[in-house]
Amino acid sequence: MAVEIVVTDLVKRFGDTPALDGITARISGGRLTGIVGPDGAGKTTFMRCLAALMLPSEGTITVCGHDVVTAAGPIHDITGYMPQRFGLYEDLTVMENLKLHAELRGLDVGPGGELFARLLGFTGLAPFAKRMAGALSGGMKQKLGLACALMARPQVLLLDEPSVGVDPVSRQDLWRMVQELVEEGMAVVWSTAYLDEAESCQEVLLLSHGRIVYAGAPGDLTSRLRGRSYLMRDITGNRRLALARGLQLPTVRDGVIQGASVRLVLAEGASAADIKGLADDYGARLVETTPRFEDAFIDLLGGGPGGVSSLAARMPQVPQGAGVMVRCKDLTKRFGDFTATRAISFDVQQGEVLGLLGPNGAGKSTTFKMLCGLIRPSGGIAEVAGLDLRSSPGKVKIQLGYMAQKFSLYGLLSVRQNLDFFAGVYGLKRALRKERVQEMIEVFELESMLDEAPDDIPLGFKQRLALACALMHRPKVLFLDEPTSGVDPITRREFWTHITGLVGKGVTVLVTTHFMDEAEYCDRVALVNRAQLIALDTPDGLKAMAADESLPDPTMEQAFIRLIERQNALEDEKGRAA
Amino acid sequence: MRRLWALVRKESYQILRDPAAMLITFALPPVLLFLFAFAVSLDVKNVHVGVVLESDAPAARSLAAAFAATPYLRVTPVRNRREVESKLVSGELKAFAVIPADFEARLLEGQGRAAIQIIADASNPNTSTFTAAYMQGAFAGWLLSRDGDPAEASAIELKPRFWFNPELQSRRTLVPGAIAVVMTMIGTMLTALVVSREWERGTMEAMLATPATMGELILSKLLPYFLLGGVATAGCAFLAVQVLGVPMVGSFWALMLISAVFLVPALGQGLMISTLSKNQLVATQLAVMSGYLPSFLLSGFVFEIQSMPWFIQKITYIIPARYYVSSLQTVFLAGDVWPLFLRDMASMLAVGAVFFGITRLKSKRRLD
Repeated sequence: MAVEIVVTDLVKRFGDTPALDGITARISGGRLTGIVGPDGAGKTTFMRCLAALMLPSEGTITVCGHDVVTAAGPIHDITGYMPQRFGLYEDLTVMENLKLHAELRGLDVGPGGELFARLLGFTGLAPFAKRMAGALSGGMKQKLGLACALMARPQVLLLDEPSVGVDPVSRQDLWRMVQELVEEGMAVVWSTAYLDEAESCQEVLLLSHGRIVYAGAPGDLTSRLRGRSYLMRDITGNRRLALARGLQLPTVRDGVIQGASVRLVLAEGASAADIKGLADDYGARLVETTPRFEDAFIDLLGGGPGGVSSLAARMPQVPQGAGVMVRCKDLTKRFGDFTATRAISFDVQQGEVLGLLGPNGAGKSTTFKMLCGLIRPSGGIAEVAGLDLRSSPGKVKIQLGYMAQKFSLYGLLSVRQNLDFFAGVYGLKRALRKERVQEMIEVFELESMLDEAPDDIPLGFKQRLALACALMHRPKVLFLDEPTSGVDPITRREFWTHITGLVGKGVTVLVTTHFMDEAEYCDRVALVNRAQLIALDTPDGLKAMAADESLPDPTMEQAFIRLIERQNALEDEKGRAA
Repeated sequence: MRRLWALVRKESYQILRDPAAMLITFALPPVLLFLFAFAVSLDVKNVHVGVVLESDAPAARSLAAAFAATPYLRVTPVRNRREVESKLVSGELKAFAVIPADFEARLLEGQGRAAIQIIADASNPNTSTFTAAYMQGAFAGWLLSRDGDPAEASAIELKPRFWFNPELQSRRTLVPGAIAVVMTMIGTMLTALVVSREWERGTMEAMLATPATMGELILSKLLPYFLLGGVATAGCAFLAVQVLGVPMVGSFWALMLISAVFLVPALGQGLMISTLSKNQLVATQLAVMSGYLPSFLLSGFVFEIQSMPWFIQKITYIIPARYYVSSLQTVFLAGDVWPLFLRDMASMLAVGAVFFGITRLKSKRRLD
């Protein structure tokens, strides 16, 4: 039987809403197939249908000739499936997890457990065999999850967003392992929201709103865009503004900041004359570049948002010349014996965008929460708009807007009630409250979903709503804690358009992010690692800091990894010396 | 078979590493048993009552003396009912009896004509019923002793004999009942969490994608907890008999058999909750509401089932702890009464079969 998955007219409904709406596809062995799409496109539902864990509402799926409805058993025998969050028992050790899966599969592990030795070697987990799975890092959990899924010695391997929450180095490792498996003839299906990963797949199924909008090699899709992708290099002046102006041009389909350059994608058949003019204004060189999968993806989904923020247009100008808006000096927070941040100092000028970057648990969120007056510092000074947070936290909170991780909205209130509530919390008077709520509804196009619960609206709208709630009282300083994580590329673009607009009005913005490309939108980046501020510079400055002969022109991601590794090595050495 | 053992081993590791499970199995039973043995007492002894003597006649005095002589009552004699009314309100007295001014006159008219008034504080219905009954008993006894000549009266001596718990120590019935609460905690509370935990952590999804069958998954959850319940029963029995001095008239093996049978509905209920809720918080609430509280309130362990309203009595028939408590009290205090045990065990198995049936129907090898 040929190793292949055949999907015919697959429809999957939850209630009346179709999550998958008529999918027909063929996935074959010996290839790596990427299931790509924005959040809520139906990727996970599709994977679960393939794993025979959900029944199709209509249509058929066969896996190596077995029908998912009638032959779930045989499918489970030949399929390895790694769910999101890896499905590991965190209170079992690495070895116990492996043994469980081996025995469930009825595998002969060899007299001395050779099978385990081989898998532990393959995944590099051998030194951690006795460690509890819960104590592993995200990257190691992911490898263990893969090892468990591989216990099936499967013909089909299904990986549901295996690289979410995993650092770049571990992502590379996993990629290498999966390539080996593909070469052995396995059919590997990898779902992802990362477009750079999709680009490396041999085949992609691009999902949007439960339908396939493209199926085929990613290269074929990007080649359609040949001649439409441009870079403006060596920009003098503000890159964000250059991008915003570019996006307003009718000939431009999409644009992002890419490293030190601005990347622009032309609409089909449009001439490059307009963007040439723009480049000249900024003293930049305009060069044609090879299209990326992301360019094609955005083009296929109807292009990115324009460069004008309707939100910022309504905001009043914050008087310029306020100087330092956020200051922290030797800011320290201890939780018992554990020091979450150690003597962090930086200033942020009015109208600046400062990005806080760092690995998970480095102390970014703690720093943020101290600056917003949510937790008390153990030591040091935190000031916002010239007011000390220790002496007048109430006054400070009126000056700042805070958008928490995961958007902290009230799930049991409707969209309108959330807006009303936040307007009320900031003490807006009745008439003003009505006016502001109405304004936010218009700006963020929330009209059609006012009576729905925040959890039922698309993630992009949820993010807009959270931003609206944080801006209701016209704050001078905006704190955004991972505002774009889990949000699809189009919504991310729209979000940065708003930020650019707000900064233009004199608002000061502090933002944390996991996306390295977003760091390029910041004026300066503060790199936090192991509770300390290890670097504070412009994005280009940070890259220069990390550059050496072997890597003269690092990307932001490479610079990030290098600077952190450098710091860790230095500290470990100090630790050994002591 | 190999798959089942792999799953059972996994489950056992998890239990051994789960502090909550260890605490409930090994720390909770002694705490609960000691609590019921010493802190809670349903015994009615030395109840404070008032006796209002409105008459100084010899018969009235004699009756007042009879009240005072009752071992269960501690009498405060007064002249005016106002004095005791306030004390009844403040809770100092549980009840009082009024011997009216015309008591002797009526008594002389005929035995049946004499009356006293008993007023009891019914804010605690159990105690008030007991107290009123004791006082009525004392009055009846006094009347009887007056009947005919004293020599004849003393020839008939009324002596109550209490079977099975001759000293009327509530500890002896409460401790076996407490074992039922412990077993409900282990059987229902712990298992209610295990399946929902797997759903929450996403491990169930991984398991469903392996060849393991639903039966294996369910059985692997039951076996370790079954064993744990057995260990806890033996521990409880040891504590009850050796430390708390509760007699064990029946046999140890009968106790173990009954407990094993009780675990069937208890585990079944936990699994059913777990399967239906898929969420640990909801599962805990449901387990407390439908398992833990009924094992306290509706099992006949603390409150007599016979004195409940009829519809609540009907509800107790679906509470497995009801049958378990009845058998437990019997095995500890009365002995091996097999007809009763068999009836109780059959009832427990029937309730268990319903729980398992629902669990089996509701647990699907699919996510939707």
